[in-house]
Amino acid sequence: MSDAKRLKKRHVAEKRFRAYGIISLLLALCFLVGFVYSIVSDAVPAFTQTEIKLDIDFDPELITMDPEADEEQRAAQLRMMNYNALIGNALEKIFPVSEQDAYSLTNDLVSSSAQYRLMNMLLSDPELIGTTQEVWLPASGDLDTAFQGYVNEELDESNRSVKNNVLQMMVTLRGEDRLRTGFNKTMFTNGDSRSPQDAGIKGAIIGSFYTLLVTLVLSFPIAVLAAVYLEEFAPKNHFTDFLEANINNLAAVPSIVFGLLGLAVFIGFFGMPRSTPLVGGIVLALMTLPTIIISSRAALKSVPPSIRSAALGLGASKMQVIFHHVLPLALPGMLTGTIIGMAQALGETAPLLMIGMVAFIADPANGILDPATVMPVQIFIWSDLPDRAFVARTSFAIIILLGFLMVMNALAVLLRKKFERKW
Amino acid sequence: MNLSNLQLLGIAALIGAISYWVARSRAVGYRRDHNIHSMPQYHGSYAFLWVFAPVALFLLVYLPVSNVMLSNKLNALMLNAGIENAGMQALAANAVGNYLSGATSSISNKFMPIAEGYQSIEAELGLYRTIIAIILMAGGAFYALKRSTADFRARNQVEKFVRWLMIACAGIAVLTTFGIILSVLFESIRFFGKVSPMDFFFNTHWNPQTALREGQVGGSGSFGVIPLLTGTLLISLIALLVAVPIGLFSAIYLSEYASSKIRGWAKPMLEILAGIPTVVYGFFAALTVAPLVRSLGQSVGLDVASESALAAGLVMGIMIIPFISSLSDDVINAVPQSLREGSYGLGATKSETIKRVLLPAALPGIVSAVILAASRAIGETMIVVMAAGLSANLTFNPFEAVTTVTVQIVTLLTGDQEFDSAKTLSAFALGLTLFVITFLLNVFALHIVKKYREQYE
Repeated sequence: MSDAKRLKKRHVAEKRFRAYGIISLLLALCFLVGFVYSIVSDAVPAFTQTEIKLDIDFDPELITMDPEADEEQRAAQLRMMNYNALIGNALEKIFPVSEQDAYSLTNDLVSSSAQYRLMNMLLSDPELIGTTQEVWLPASGDLDTAFQGYVNEELDESNRSVKNNVLQMMVTLRGEDRLRTGFNKTMFTNGDSRSPQDAGIKGAIIGSFYTLLVTLVLSFPIAVLAAVYLEEFAPKNHFTDFLEANINNLAAVPSIVFGLLGLAVFIGFFGMPRSTPLVGGIVLALMTLPTIIISSRAALKSVPPSIRSAALGLGASKMQVIFHHVLPLALPGMLTGTIIGMAQALGETAPLLMIGMVAFIADPANGILDPATVMPVQIFIWSDLPDRAFVARTSFAIIILLGFLMVMNALAVLLRKKFERKW
Repeated sequence: MNLSNLQLLGIAALIGAISYWVARSRAVGYRRDHNIHSMPQYHGSYAFLWVFAPVALFLLVYLPVSNVMLSNKLNALMLNAGIENAGMQALAANAVGNYLSGATSSISNKFMPIAEGYQSIEAELGLYRTIIAIILMAGGAFYALKRSTADFRARNQVEKFVRWLMIACAGIAVLTTFGIILSVLFESIRFFGKVSPMDFFFNTHWNPQTALREGQVGGSGSFGVIPLLTGTLLISLIALLVAVPIGLFSAIYLSEYASSKIRGWAKPMLEILAGIPTVVYGFFAALTVAPLVRSLGQSVGLDVASESALAAGLVMGIMIIPFISSLSDDVINAVPQSLREGSYGLGATKSETIKRVLLPAALPGIVSAVILAASRAIGETMIVVMAAGLSANLTFNPFEAVTTVTVQIVTLLTGDQEFDSAKTLSAFALGLTLFVITFLLNVFALHIVKKYREQYE
């Protein structure tokens, strides 16, 4: 083989190798784009919610109120009322010739959360009784799907969940201008529900908040103190080496094993209540400790020794040097590590499944001792439900979770940029 | 009067704050006519610590002890009431718990005496706890205030305490490791009391359904871990086959070829992949990738299960790409520039330099990165829980459904269950297996780096 030929071959090999690099990088980015695209396109139906305009007649005959009752009793009576009857009456007026009765009309067209909206209207203003009001109520899942145009009408009726009667009624309602779509606020105002129209992530957000609060309160001080000890005080001996090896190893233990620890120790041995942000927070704190310790040590290391010498020279004790001078300088770096650890904790699911945070919980928790669910677990629960409408909700919840994570990471980057100091 | 633990801690903090104030103002008083050794706030802190720390420590010990005592008492009460059947006992414990926590307002007459007895013991224990805590607080305050005289070296004492506190915090990592090992080991030993280790490690059949009651039809279950391990290995292998080439080539391209502008863009993008929660990957795998793999397989005439190992492995591979790329990037960057320049000087092209010089030099680091990635893939839970199957098939066919160790742990332990059946205990044996495997892989990865690392200086 001539030299020129060999050189050419080598250059071709060079180009090929470079192309491998570009291809794999593009592949990785393609995965990211495909992933984002798939989640966002799945989530689109959940962004909006269809509402239906009904002329609700707050008929005094249907709303039996004891005139003698005091305010509290009246409120209790209002809570017991059958509001679906009011909705049914209003629907029957729109579809006077329908074969369906008021009950099935309500079921087909209006979300089961509509009655609570009426209840709240009456609770806040009892004067409405006896009047007829134009009210926008959340539509049922079928009507929502039909109005937003997600129904493939070419399919045979038996093969799709939205039936012909709903489609026909949708056309009538649309003709009368009784339908509109708005931003899906239910997602943020409701807790979990078995019906996709009423399911929201308020409970999960609050649960995540409490859990992260416990995690932060525990892991930040413990990690900072541990990092200060290891970096500034620890003598170089076998025990310290053992400690360090331990921390590094903990960082690589599968998260589900931390869940087993929480189940056996905190629930089994200490008798803490199951499914609560308290236990979840403790487990996540133990899990994020190594992350925060490692980054805190790096932050301490970056503080120049001259600061320590100067303070020592002025007569400060070692403890005073660290807590008055070194720690404040290292704090931004430590906070960056903490935020990253918190982001990791916010997205963690497996250990929380172990400690029973998978229960169906509709009401937001009121504290760290109330059973709660968190956002990633809510996503897991919803992704398991057979109802197709939950796919959109799940994707929407994922987008919100990713939004939170992005904000946290951006905060960490910002903090690093702002306080990063070159000595 | 019955205070909760948190309320007690709050009271301790309050009394501690008062003692802080008293000791501090006393020290300020000393300063008028003496030269005192420590600043007044150290005298204050010393008093606070003597009030608060003993109570906190006491409660930490009290919690598990009272828990054990209460459950023993409950058992005794149930035996007294003639409830001997295990299932009946669990039912009674549940009813009593619900009644006492106020979740239900009624309780059957049969359980009423148990609930009352339990409540009185609980109240008694709580009373003792409160009394001891208050004695501790008062004693601590008294001792600290007595000691803090003008020449008392309060600062040294406080610093000593802080030092021990720091050691304790660093020790929490060790405690966690021990906690993991002990909790998993303890339950595993109970499991191996019911199922022999030989059966667990060498049986090729996994079917954890055991009879709930004596004599019930449904068999005794079989606990062979082999199909789970092969499933885990298969999925991890697919993941590595995806992640290692893509991650390694991305790292090479980014560190050797890319301009700093491209690097500045592409690196954070790759890191986004690392920041996505695994449950989100799981959803993506189950909803998008699995049907895609299935329909692609069908279009070329392959029979792919709807929960194939391939789909879970592919998505897990995507998840660990950034892990491999960032670790490899670090080790490739750590190879000194002089090696590259020497190679170029001998006339090698860039790719030849990378293949013949950089990669061999960086090999130990890359191998350890791959091993760490494998350990992560083996311990990964959510993706496989959502996208891999539940049936324990002993197969290496990526188109079939397999199950993994982590999937089984989640399935076995989700939902309310008592830890007494072989079924729930087996989850801990699986956890032990998982912990040991990942631990060995991590140690091995560190060992490789330590042993084969080239020292350039």
